[in-house]
Amino acid sequence: MDVKIFSEREKRKLTAVIYGDIDHHTAKFIRGEIDAAIREQNPRTLILDFRYVTFMDSSGIGLVMGRYKIMNELGGEVLTANPAPYIRKVMLLAGLHRLSRIISSDTPEEKTSGGAETEPSASGGQEKQLTAENK
Amino acid sequence: MLNLNQKAVNEMKLSFPSYSENERFSRIAVSGFLTQLDPQIDELSEIKTAVSEGVTNCIVHAYRDAVGEIFLQVRIFDKGRVYIKIRDKGCGIDDIQKAMEPLFTTAPEEERAGLGFAVMESFMDKIKVRSQKGKGTTVVMEKTLKTRKAFR
Repeated sequence: MDVKIFSEREKRKLTAVIYGDIDHHTAKFIRGEIDAAIREQNPRTLILDFRYVTFMDSSGIGLVMGRYKIMNELGGEVLTANPAPYIRKVMLLAGLHRLSRIISSDTPEEKTSGGAETEPSASGGQEKQLTAENK
Repeated sequence: MLNLNQKAVNEMKLSFPSYSENERFSRIAVSGFLTQLDPQIDELSEIKTAVSEGVTNCIVHAYRDAVGEIFLQVRIFDKGRVYIKIRDKGCGIDDIQKAMEPLFTTAPEEERAGLGFAVMESFMDKIKVRSQKGKGTTVVMEKTLKTRKAFR
């Protein structure tokens, strides 16, 4: 599993694109990566992008709920983006949509390659990509 | 519940130590075994999720500060009926009814959402939990797959 963090500092927006399976074993690593980025950037909006998530059990619910708590304390919000239908089913079962709006969005890569409305790297904000591979 | 005196069409048994690495292994093993029924992708996803919840419960709760053995059995009966048993010899559950309540958890510090049993209940047709303090817990789940090959 892997997490890629995209930050748009000028918008105080952080997007975490999660890859692979989310279970009890991988959740610890994933939340470590995301929380480190939150501490560093103090964002207003955190987007958890599930488009590349291949499996998720209730550990993923704990992951979103935990990030909701942190962002709530910071006065910000968490959005849940692009879950596959069956992952959405787990989320709805948990009532997660009451804490975190489920949206569909472009990934930051797609936005930058399109280059139309947002060019984060050119607009003065520091585009930073942190990647970590789990052993 | 199924009449277990009936002969299973096929069955498998696994046992493995309660390392969290084995969460993925266990659900993939079950999913691999069930591909012979030609299941639909969403049915397989649901079963994998339920197995993952059951096995994670053994790791997080039953063998909380220890490593113990987890036993997994899958049996296939006619008409696409699948029986899955997850058993541990861990600490047991104090109050099963309480444990099955959505959002109840004894491990909030690990960011457990308290939804394991709720997920198992909603993704499987039937679930039965037996537990004895200090002896262990057995979770039995059943689901009938809507498969083409099931009716052979």
